Amino acid sequence: MISLTIDGVTTQVQEGTSILQAAKLLDIKIPTLCYHPLLRPFGACRMCLVQLERKAGYELVTSCNTPAGDGMVVISNSQHVLDARRLVLELLLARWPNVPVLRKMAEEVGLTQVRFPSANRDEAEDACILCLRCVRICEEVVGACAIGYEDRGTQRRVVTPFNQESEACIACGACAHVCPTHHMKFEGEDYRGKPAEFLLGPNTAVYMPTAQGVPKVPSIDREACIHFKTGACLTCEAACEPGAINHEMQDEEIEVDVGQVLVATGYDVFDPTPMAQYGYGRLDNIYTGLELERMLNSTGPTGGRVLLKNGKPPRAVAIVHCIGSRDENYHRYCSRVCCMYALKFAHLIKERTEAEVYNFYIDIRAFGKGYEEFYSRVLDEGANVIRGKVAEVVQAGWSKREEGTLLVRCEDTLIGRFREIPVDMVVLCNAIEPRRDVAQVARLFGLSRSPDGFFLERHPKLDPVATTTDGLFVAGCAQGPKDIPDVVAQASAAAARMLATISKGVVEIDPVRAEINEDLCSGCRTCIPLCPYSAISYLEDKKVSQVNSTLCKGCGTCVAACPSSSITGYGFSDEQIDAELVGLLSL
Amino acid sequence: MKTNENNFEPHIIAFMCNWCSYTGADLAGVSRLKSPPNIRVIRVMCSGRVDPSFVLRAFQLGADGVLIAGCHPGDCHYQEGNFKALRRTVLLRKMLRQFGVEPERVRLEWISASEAERSRDVTTQFTEQIRQLGPLRLAVGPQPVAV
Repeated sequence: MISLTIDGVTTQVQEGTSILQAAKLLDIKIPTLCYHPLLRPFGACRMCLVQLERKAGYELVTSCNTPAGDGMVVISNSQHVLDARRLVLELLLARWPNVPVLRKMAEEVGLTQVRFPSANRDEAEDACILCLRCVRICEEVVGACAIGYEDRGTQRRVVTPFNQESEACIACGACAHVCPTHHMKFEGEDYRGKPAEFLLGPNTAVYMPTAQGVPKVPSIDREACIHFKTGACLTCEAACEPGAINHEMQDEEIEVDVGQVLVATGYDVFDPTPMAQYGYGRLDNIYTGLELERMLNSTGPTGGRVLLKNGKPPRAVAIVHCIGSRDENYHRYCSRVCCMYALKFAHLIKERTEAEVYNFYIDIRAFGKGYEEFYSRVLDEGANVIRGKVAEVVQAGWSKREEGTLLVRCEDTLIGRFREIPVDMVVLCNAIEPRRDVAQVARLFGLSRSPDGFFLERHPKLDPVATTTDGLFVAGCAQGPKDIPDVVAQASAAAARMLATISKGVVEIDPVRAEINEDLCSGCRTCIPLCPYSAISYLEDKKVSQVNSTLCKGCGTCVAACPSSSITGYGFSDEQIDAELVGLLSL
Repeated sequence: MKTNENNFEPHIIAFMCNWCSYTGADLAGVSRLKSPPNIRVIRVMCSGRVDPSFVLRAFQLGADGVLIAGCHPGDCHYQEGNFKALRRTVLLRKMLRQFGVEPERVRLEWISASEAERSRDVTTQFTEQIRQLGPLRLAVGPQPVAV
């Protein structure tokens, strides 16, 4: 242990501790720019200068990279130190006068005037102040070494190798995180002309799917996380003040005993790529409903503005209804929600841009409360609604001036003509589909599905939330496409049904079940492995089998298999079926 | 109703499981699909309830064909009952051939609750098939009475 004195306070620290770290332990504030707790001290910015008492006078040293020595006496706030700080800041501000972090530090030391001119003056607020934290973190913590610095003196710059896109960059965002001036910015990769946010999947190791998600909590993608590859980094753990990150967390499998299940597994959206005539994935500026929804969101990639890939607002937008819905080739059903959101898009696009809006529909399904009134309003706002299918979307433009324009070729059935309408952007209202794993979920729970693939309700009119299995309920788009008010109503209904069963306190047993006559049973146990609910057990003492009437569902398989006919299937006994046969065949 | 040889109307007994095939046939009715009247339905909870002796009893009592209809494999309301029906039907048909009864007179089909059209198609086709095969007339002499 080393003993040193800072500002009159003596303390003991471990060997190897820097003066800056010792000061931190004493809550003494020393300003820094190029220092970062995750990085080796660099001593570049000179802001952390302190006065170190020597035998004959004093010395100004950088506290970040000067190790504490036994018996040292340090003053962090003497006049010499303050003068030095002021001068350092003056020099920094001479070159970068508008950077907020420098201006704030200047205020703190009472610096108001900069006396020096600079040949390399940069007025930007986000100028690079050459603290090199980005370069150092990329090398020391991340281990990718994707950026570096070149040249010397006033010509020093942070660059990528050969000034080209760095292949070593793993897009972790560490550089952007430690940059004090936001000169280093982290932007999602461009994919098919769309910002990464449209991909609705992780693109960095620590991510939040959307900024408005509930719960608003990030998660770590194991595949992308550097720590799981090299054992290093842990930048996120260091950055997290409440210490909420734990890389050692493992998946937990929790078994919960329940009596009822509500299956509300939602939907997937139809991928319009196979419909080559609409150009999705091939041409620029063609989006699905969800993608445009993301664009219109204020936390989205454009901040809520409607923009083309080239950054300009569109002059005309086509919104095409029924993509994959009401279609013999894909889904015959109607997806129910698209007409209303298509009208919503028309309304918002007209509100936020000067663009002409064209809606191409088969029917306008405005079925709910206030929906038809909204449709009238959108018509009054000047949206052009055209009744007819779009045959294809092609790249148009006879001249360089029109490059990028799309041409929508369609049929306008109300005027009986074919039309070609030039637009800048096309929105495809794609169908709601059952989830990709719906077959597995159905197997797991024993759910039936209707021909369109959604889960089957017990009765389409009289029991839309229950299924044929007691205690198993279905709600939301898992049962069929519907919009939010209907989902809420259905989910409330299902929850109420489940609560009713629970609050009853007892479970009613179906009278249709099997019972074994002890006197007739031979104890052969043929029935036991046949029961899918393991409802039959063998009584060792009586040497006969017995049916547990709460587990028995009454399928009758054991009744059919019993060699001694000692099992009675109530409601469907051998005698009853025989009587039916006699009756039916006596005519 | 049997009139004479040239105007033979088959008597067909169909054992239909409550959850899938019976509901599918019901849907066919509700949808007004034309199904042949020759099919007489006995509802059971599961196709696994069908004892092969019921089939023989049906033939003994004058049926010309028996249809057993259950849920699709994997979709049985009671998990695996339809598989048991499958095993029993395979063995039953072997046995019937030894009795001299055409195994085609017993048919096992999977019909789900929403397959109204399939229910209509299966019943129509089976009726035609039995019509081609002709009457069975398994029991000779006085008709047996109820057990």
